[in-house]
Amino acid sequence: MRWLRKSTRSSAEPMSAAATVSGIGWPRLGKALPGAVWASLLLTPAFVSLASVSFYPIVNGLYLSLTNTSLITQENEFSGFSNYVQLWGDAQFWNAWWHTMWFTAASTILETVIGLGMALILCEAFKGRGLVRAAMLVPWAMPTVVTSKMFGWLFDGQNGIINYILLHAGLIDRNINWYGSPDTAMTTIIIADVWKTTPFMALLLLTGLQTVPNSLIEAARMDGAKGWITFWHIRLPLLMPTLLIAGLFRALDAFRVFDLVYVLTGGGPADSTETLSTLSYKVLFSTLQFGYGSAVSTAMFVTEGMIALAFCLYLIRQIRRAQ
Amino acid sequence: MNDTRSPLQTVFIYLGALLILVWSGGPFIWQFSTSFQLDKALTSGSPSLIPDPFTLEHYYNAFVEKELHHYVWNSLVVSLATTFLCLFVGSLAAFALSRLNVRGRFGILMVILSVSMFPQIALVGPLYLVATNLGLLDTYTALIITYLALGLPLVTWVLFGYFETLPREIDEAARMDGVSIPGLLWHIILPMSLPSLVTTGLLAFITAWNEFLFALAFTSNIDRQTIPVGIANFTNLYYVPWGDIAAASAVVTVPLIVLVLFFQRHIIEGLTQGGIKE
Repeated sequence: MRWLRKSTRSSAEPMSAAATVSGIGWPRLGKALPGAVWASLLLTPAFVSLASVSFYPIVNGLYLSLTNTSLITQENEFSGFSNYVQLWGDAQFWNAWWHTMWFTAASTILETVIGLGMALILCEAFKGRGLVRAAMLVPWAMPTVVTSKMFGWLFDGQNGIINYILLHAGLIDRNINWYGSPDTAMTTIIIADVWKTTPFMALLLLTGLQTVPNSLIEAARMDGAKGWITFWHIRLPLLMPTLLIAGLFRALDAFRVFDLVYVLTGGGPADSTETLSTLSYKVLFSTLQFGYGSAVSTAMFVTEGMIALAFCLYLIRQIRRAQ
Repeated sequence: MNDTRSPLQTVFIYLGALLILVWSGGPFIWQFSTSFQLDKALTSGSPSLIPDPFTLEHYYNAFVEKELHHYVWNSLVVSLATTFLCLFVGSLAAFALSRLNVRGRFGILMVILSVSMFPQIALVGPLYLVATNLGLLDTYTALIITYLALGLPLVTWVLFGYFETLPREIDEAARMDGVSIPGLLWHIILPMSLPSLVTTGLLAFITAWNEFLFALAFTSNIDRQTIPVGIANFTNLYYVPWGDIAAASAVVTVPLIVLVLFFQRHIIEGLTQGGIKE
């Protein structure tokens, strides 16, 4: 597995860079303060920002989840694990949990596969390539709320252009009430997410593909290898690290989906698109049960951690096997 | 590789490229066209891409009835403040990590990266309580402080990646000339990093401009609500005003698209360098 050797090398590089820096040694340079003091001084603002806006809320949320805090009854007493016991038996929570997992898996896989296809096309030379590459940034740059509303109009059950096109192409015989019906609502949201994220995924994978040396592919072609064989045995293995890491980031991002669902369906119809983020938001800000709401979001945090862990373990196993 | 391509492959590639183009641009072009069409035409059952008759009614509705300019102003204030703060704090951190003798720098970078993966819904509850206690609900300050932390990981990573590409000989030369550490950052490294600063600034701006969850939770009136919240609330009593929504979408998206297209090369380079390749 060539890509693994490549990835171990690249992880060794920063180490040597670090060694060089410490070799130069700034301490004697700073006239008033030694380098180490400067370093911590410069890192402090970033540290304070992340500690107060990211770490503190996680820890505080963990605490809140062990209390019966509610902004309505004004209670905030320690209640042990009662929120988690309630959570375990809460059908709404598991409903949202499964929806989130399904959404994450479906959108990540679709985005990676379609993105890879797009990247392979962009890898070839053709007229207007710059234009295509530029256009691909449009879905990425658009606010998600706007994407949501836009898909609301595209997939409108009455006058939506998608229904019109499908109807006139003879693919359906009557209008589909896309996000208004429990059967198709989740699919519509997945389509919207795939639309928004795939082009950017493709651009990331493209930069990965472009690092595959052309000489390798040329050599394989000289030996008579067909297109898909060079893809399967040369490009894909070399692209694997990029693919896995991009997939991991995509999965973690998809897992947090909120804007798209909240604006397009609000979790409905009949809770068929309720995800963990929208459920937490409702428990927190509609019922104002901050204790129970924090238990939901903490459970979500734990699930996300497990997804990340599974990806990392898989990566490590691949590396071990290669050694 | 061109000479080895068969005509069939060429057709296949152009077809694929066309598909990608329609995929990326099509929906928004339809949205843009919708914003110039009368409600009557939109519900007539025979949609047309060319607005006929052409109307600016929806833009009038968006600005006069729905007061879109308030949301635009709020978003501009919050996003610009976030951008400058992110660049300031992020460049200090990236400089320290790249150029100074920091122990465990890659550990720190990994922590910063993993912070950006925290589910934001887990942060919003506790932060809401803090904002309530400090009287920061319905203020720009609450949004700016939050967005700074949301944008910081990406900004720090991309700037760190760029600083790493600047040759170390510069540090050496500066040291010989007796330049101090802040002097090295301010007079030498930052001026050399202008292209990267523009890209990361744009990324921070987009993050803040597009953010929805915290804006929804922390603001409750039009004096402080940002564009995403405004557009999400764009509904009429008896029907969904698709035309007005399309007009508002065009107003808030077109400037963003122009900016992104203008800086596209830098964006792709910056993001891939910071996020994936390391």
